[in-house]
Amino acid sequence: MPHDHHDHAGLSPSGHPYREDQDNSLSYWQAMEIAVRELMIEKGIVTAEEVAAQIDAMDARDPSQGAAVVARAWTDPAFRERLLADGSAASAEMGFDVGPMKLIAVENTADVHNVVVCTLCSCYPRNLLGLPPDWYKSRAYRSRTVREPRKVLAEFGLTLPENVTVRVHDSTADMRYIVIPARPDGTDGLDEAALAELVTRDSMIGVGVAKTG
Amino acid sequence: MQALEPGTPVRVRRMMPPGHVRTPAYLRGKTGAVERVLGPFGNPEQLAYGHTPDRLPLYRVRFRLGDVWPDAATPDDTLDAEIYAHWLEAL
Repeated sequence: MPHDHHDHAGLSPSGHPYREDQDNSLSYWQAMEIAVRELMIEKGIVTAEEVAAQIDAMDARDPSQGAAVVARAWTDPAFRERLLADGSAASAEMGFDVGPMKLIAVENTADVHNVVVCTLCSCYPRNLLGLPPDWYKSRAYRSRTVREPRKVLAEFGLTLPENVTVRVHDSTADMRYIVIPARPDGTDGLDEAALAELVTRDSMIGVGVAKTG
Repeated sequence: MQALEPGTPVRVRRMMPPGHVRTPAYLRGKTGAVERVLGPFGNPEQLAYGHTPDRLPLYRVRFRLGDVWPDAATPDDTLDAEIYAHWLEAL
């Protein structure tokens, strides 16, 4: 009877600990969200299908639109100027839905490295980059990036020389930020689509750099 | 309200009002300079409660890390944040 063997209490048959069930009761705000959503559906303001479709649309976004914007900026100097002057207008020009928030693009150079954080919550350029990674929403990232940015970047594997100024951008209000990473050396022969493949999500948050190939 | 020009030195007001405030507590009382002028945008302190908001200039203010944290390891690195006009006093 193989299932009678219970010597390793709390471990799965393969020897791993079971994860605890997350069956805590709802928080105040979770209950509020459900109540408001159900009331809005009941009153005919939105339908359950519309809510589900919006969640699907949010989940379907990924960083590829942001990468396309960066690759265009690397290859088209006039577009780069327009992107730095008005990030929303330049992204809309590429056919991307930029949403109600205004986009500011900040550019990494030989002297400046930019990194984005939202200390108050989790503001993030979701239209271009998709949902933020879990670490972006963590208290540790949010509080430490404005206090000791170079230490945080080093933990992501990015150690910057002293002569490079680090500029931290705290998305506190109506702006959203995207970092234009530096174009890697040795990529002169690549076209825009191949360049976009080098642009990682982390490089557009500023905790990484573009891939070299 | 007269818009503050980029480069204007400003101090963030040291107030602690209740409610939905988008001025981070760690920047209150700190001194920086206007990086660029944005807006006008509706005041989130009114918007959050369904009131018709005042339309205010929003500023990107650049702070030296050393002016935010006296013990900053790299004081000349910078921190930019968006601060609504009524939270700033020109110096």
